[in-house]
Amino acid sequence: MYVAVKGGEKAIANAHQYLASERRGNTDFPELSVAQIREQMRLAVDRVMTEGSLYDPDLAALALKQSRGDSIEAIFLLRAYRTTLPRFCNSIPLNTSKIAVTRRISAAFKDMPGGQMLGPTFDYTHRLLDFSLADTTETKTYPAPSAEDLQRAPDEELPRILDFLQNDGLVEGAGEPNASSVGDITREPLELPASRDIRLQKLTRADEGFILAMGYSTQRGFKNSGGHPFAGEIRTGDVAVEIIPEELGFPICIGNITVTESEIVSIYDGSEDTPPQFSRGYGITFGSGERKAISIALVDRALRCKELKEDIIAPAQDEEFVLMHSDNIEATGFVEHLKLPHHVDFQSELDILRRLRSNWEQSKARREAMEQSASTPDEVANNAPKGFA
Amino acid sequence: MTQISTEHRQHWMNILARTPFAAIETAWATLPEQPEYTFLRQPETGLVMVQARTNGSGNAFSMGEITLTRCAVNINGTVGHAYIAGRDKKHAELAAVFDGLLQQPAYNDQLSKSVIEPMEKALTQKQQTKAEHVASTKVDFFTMVRGED
Repeated sequence: MYVAVKGGEKAIANAHQYLASERRGNTDFPELSVAQIREQMRLAVDRVMTEGSLYDPDLAALALKQSRGDSIEAIFLLRAYRTTLPRFCNSIPLNTSKIAVTRRISAAFKDMPGGQMLGPTFDYTHRLLDFSLADTTETKTYPAPSAEDLQRAPDEELPRILDFLQNDGLVEGAGEPNASSVGDITREPLELPASRDIRLQKLTRADEGFILAMGYSTQRGFKNSGGHPFAGEIRTGDVAVEIIPEELGFPICIGNITVTESEIVSIYDGSEDTPPQFSRGYGITFGSGERKAISIALVDRALRCKELKEDIIAPAQDEEFVLMHSDNIEATGFVEHLKLPHHVDFQSELDILRRLRSNWEQSKARREAMEQSASTPDEVANNAPKGFA
Repeated sequence: MTQISTEHRQHWMNILARTPFAAIETAWATLPEQPEYTFLRQPETGLVMVQARTNGSGNAFSMGEITLTRCAVNINGTVGHAYIAGRDKKHAELAAVFDGLLQQPAYNDQLSKSVIEPMEKALTQKQQTKAEHVASTKVDFFTMVRGED
């Protein structure tokens, strides 16, 4: 039972005013602009967009400013904001073959058609703190390197590396596009067992740390089958979002968004109907969410256990465990509600505890009285442990 | 006079959606005359659910939403529409105005050349520059045999 609390208005108003002051910090230093966060804290913005499940870099940057850099608080703000807006329509599914890549790598094939482009990556850096970044007294420029020979037109379609293996039947198919309607957990509550479209939506907006840990657990052996996972292809780049407005009846581009997609393959032992082959897991995020995209792909693959007739022996294969605990807004709501006033609940628990203790003391006294009356001094000596006799 | 096809319209709507607002505002301000228009639908911000495909080409699923601002205007009796990612109402308004004008043969030739072409060129240039940065990170990995044979 919930009992409301009243009062505390003045303290709450002052706490929020104090928060605004602390958010601003020492005024000897200039205030952060939303544009600075959007441009220079881009990966934080990308995470907030992916887990807030709303692509709008300016809003995500604003949310980060308001939340003092707390990602989950910022994600909460975006989730709350989206409920104030009407839903116009669904997009046409993204055509990520027409991606303008900033990064594209394969850990499985070194000579992949179209080439491997590292892009702006932290990979192969030494992870040493760069103290030159701490010095902002002089204006520095950071020119990006350029190659004149592109070897391919910027808008040329990029072949998917797994399609080549698929031609040999060594990799399972990508699946035929579905004719049936596409699930959406922002419209219909999540029901278990969930189909793969619902699982992928849930995993995309899931907490990065949780999905990373779940993916990691499959690598450490907490799964049923499948060999070493390989990153068949990872790509980050810009892709057009298209819709078909009712008023027009034909598709139009509303703008480009940056996405990262990851395709992971691992050996599947096969079943009675299916020969051994590479099975696939898939992950996609807004922005440059490479760690998350790889993790989603690992967990997506693990959650396909029923479809692939694998025994469920590990947490990452347990659909209910993964899907019901992956959302950081749901999780933080329930975990953090513990700090809100529970004074009445606590009083009632105190009452219960007092009654339990009183009962316990009474029955203890009764038990001792019975033992006292039943025992003679001789029996007590006989009942003593043998070693002490 | 060129026949205005759906492909033409898709093309300019694409360019108007992807071009930064500042360039669209400049294009509008530098028109010899700014025709009057009325709103059929005031600029309005809402959401589109972006769908992606499993494995890039399989079943569709709901990936996450994106903000969208739409607007419809009546300009010289023609209806102009705009659907622009983001929350910039002025961007949607001017894009709808240009869409209305570009559908009118009297304006199409001139605006295609003076407004759409330069915007497209700027977008292509930006894409080219980015592709050059990316190409400079193209990597050739070698495999080497290590240890005893």
